[in-house]
Amino acid sequence: MLQHSASVLLTVLAVVAAVFPAAAQDEIIIGLGADVTSADPHYHNLSPNNNLAIHVFDRLVHQDERQGLIPGLALSWRAIDDTTWEFHLRQGVRFHDGSPFDAQDIVSTLKRAPNVPNSPSSFGLYTKAIKEVIVVDPYTVRFKTATPHALLPNDLSSINIISRKAESASTADFNTGKTTIGTGPFKLAEFVLKEKVVLTRNDDYWGLKPDWKRVTFKLITNDSARVAALLAGDVQMIENVSTPDIQRLKANKDLALFSAVSNRVIYLHLDSNRDQAPFVTDKAGKPLAKNPLKDVRVRRAMSRAINRPAIVDRIMSGAAIPAGQLLPEGFFGVSPNLKPDPFDPAGARKLLAEAGYPDGFRVTLHSPNDRYVNDEQIAQAVAQMLTQAGIDTRVEAMPSATFFTRATKLEFSLMLVGWGSGTGETSSPLRSLLATYDRDKGTGAANRGRYSNPKMDALVAQALVTVDDQKRAKLLAEACEVAMNDVGIIPLHYQVSFWGMRKGLTYVPRADEYTLAHLVQKSKGN
Amino acid sequence: MTVFLIRRLLQSIVVLFVMSLIVFVGVFAIGNPVDILISPEADQAERERAIRALGLDLPLHQQYLVFLRKAVTGNLGESFVFSESALGLILKRMPATLELALAAMVLAVALGVPLGMWAGLYPDAASSRTIMAGSILGFSLPTFWVGLMLIMVFAVMLGWLPSTGRGQTGTVWGITSSFFTVDGLRHLVLPAFNLALFRIALIIRLTRAGARETLLQDFVKYARAKGLCERRVIFVHVFKNILIPVVTVLGLEFGGVMAFAVVTETIFAWPGMGKLLVDSFNHLDRPVIVAYLLLMVCMFIAINFLVDVLYSVLDPRVRLVTRGT
Repeated sequence: MLQHSASVLLTVLAVVAAVFPAAAQDEIIIGLGADVTSADPHYHNLSPNNNLAIHVFDRLVHQDERQGLIPGLALSWRAIDDTTWEFHLRQGVRFHDGSPFDAQDIVSTLKRAPNVPNSPSSFGLYTKAIKEVIVVDPYTVRFKTATPHALLPNDLSSINIISRKAESASTADFNTGKTTIGTGPFKLAEFVLKEKVVLTRNDDYWGLKPDWKRVTFKLITNDSARVAALLAGDVQMIENVSTPDIQRLKANKDLALFSAVSNRVIYLHLDSNRDQAPFVTDKAGKPLAKNPLKDVRVRRAMSRAINRPAIVDRIMSGAAIPAGQLLPEGFFGVSPNLKPDPFDPAGARKLLAEAGYPDGFRVTLHSPNDRYVNDEQIAQAVAQMLTQAGIDTRVEAMPSATFFTRATKLEFSLMLVGWGSGTGETSSPLRSLLATYDRDKGTGAANRGRYSNPKMDALVAQALVTVDDQKRAKLLAEACEVAMNDVGIIPLHYQVSFWGMRKGLTYVPRADEYTLAHLVQKSKGN
Repeated sequence: MTVFLIRRLLQSIVVLFVMSLIVFVGVFAIGNPVDILISPEADQAERERAIRALGLDLPLHQQYLVFLRKAVTGNLGESFVFSESALGLILKRMPATLELALAAMVLAVALGVPLGMWAGLYPDAASSRTIMAGSILGFSLPTFWVGLMLIMVFAVMLGWLPSTGRGQTGTVWGITSSFFTVDGLRHLVLPAFNLALFRIALIIRLTRAGARETLLQDFVKYARAKGLCERRVIFVHVFKNILIPVVTVLGLEFGGVMAFAVVTETIFAWPGMGKLLVDSFNHLDRPVIVAYLLLMVCMFIAINFLVDVLYSVLDPRVRLVTRGT
């Protein structure tokens, strides 16, 4: 009898083991925090989609973990004259279906990337400077631009190279995996919308061979559920650890945390150009004669009234760094002279008095409540600090679906927003956030405060045509200095991103917040 | 019966029409989808291109007419976010939600009715008081908190059950579902229980109240006087009468569970339709929102119809025929 039940138990265990195989050594399951909406690398310029595309495809130029440019499918590139860039391609690279890669695939890619039907945000942004693609030989390509364009290598680091066979493929073809054929470190095995993505290793990859034969990305958008999945061992790694969980995971001996400062700055945008600002009144609620936010002294006072270290410490649980400009130090085009404004409430009051507002005024701070890490709480803290300095500040937080539409219509006077620099250098925020709004030039598209300084515009314009990296970095840094000295925006902090993983795994944390399976390694020698 | 059906059908069409109009205007009032979907680095020209690509450059009434023209041919439009047919997107995710809802309702009935009967038949017993106190907890604890606690206890601390996601599915008689594999069932237990908790409490209270009320009625006394055994009195006469409110609520709740299982689906990363709806709202993915709500209206209409039919079976006083007036 005893023997019988023992054998039953063994059978049950065997069945259980068969049904739930322990994750094999060369498999990893990663919990992602945002939905991948398509496996088409050119359909929607959206971080989670780009994150997946990086696994399956290569770009001519890759970005390292600090968003510096490194060779991808191109080994080298240089500007041969003012309007021509020449790229030398890597030889012997094969697509997942075995077909060889050469210049013709670049031509096909550049035809498709800007023209995907129904794209809610297209990659034309990065290809529009290119007027002509000239194939010199199968491994040499020249790009002609209408005007000198220094950022072409940066732009091309966002364009995933597809096979010429997929030039006219539809988004659905990519979602089913039919044409999702790249040269990248992984092949797409399965893509289930809003549930999971499964990748298998490309054993013929030209670069570093990944540690994982099979990678499963589970889409777990709820922060607590993602942490729970890691704690329960259902996933081996998660991205975007929420701030309340950081300390807890740090204390857990079975887990390791990796973090890197991101390219995302959280800042206040101010209505600094209109004579009347809709949400600024005197303390009794009556309209003011003029818009105080137009006065640089008022803007500087507001910046000094904010205790950035306190926000970083209390609200962000340390997962942020106080900001004094558009990107953290070490990034391309930042100024070494710009430091975060010191917390100086007395100085702030004095500046306000000088500007003619000894009693302050009243303003509403608008903020999204579902877009950035702790966005609404940050807005509340900022409002209290401004109120202490004499500027009565009310917070109105709303879902980003409403926030961005209203902000773009210039309905707000003071708003909390964030900016991630996709290109990893300061021309991105300078051009979009601070340059004068100009539809024809395509500048200032996200300049919701309509800050404008011709001197800064000129510096940025010059930088964009300056191919020499050192000179360009200097021009961009100068432009940053002009904008920050004008307090065109009030930077608050740079977000720090956290990845949590099982002990024994290591990750190369990235400034672009991407979670790349080929950078996850089993730690060697312990 | 035919008149009843036709009237129901006409009512339904009006409801669908009004619903689509409300959603259209509502989503328009919330914001512009392009502002959410477009890359922040896009310039003005790219923004205008995207607005045209999604058909948002037309005035609202023309957008609605375009929608209506397509809708009568059965095409509810393509998702802004996924570039796939909105209806297809929803239907693909329906089985996952359906099985979750079904599991939750089965749990609710299997636990709620017997416990409620017990509490109704023996209202003063300590066990009954415990059941009723428990049902108050089931009512008042927020779903997301219970869900996280379930994960903490059963997945993280005890490690008995998986924390998130849908497990393997099996196919029996052409139906693909988690019900047919052990892994699938293991993944289903926690979310189904989380979703069921509120309904269990609800059904306990309904059943108890029904039992208490029915036991005092004349026909029960008469049945007892006739000398029927207690078991027959309770399980046939009392039980049938209790079921009427329970069926009504079950019908409505089943619809609610199907349509709005979103909290549970989000916490357990369950790939169902509820999560799709909320994400669609966040992205202002209007075609999906419209298609979803229209589908739900159809479902509620169907459920209500079924409930009406069930009434007539359970309660001889209810007739579906409208008597000639």
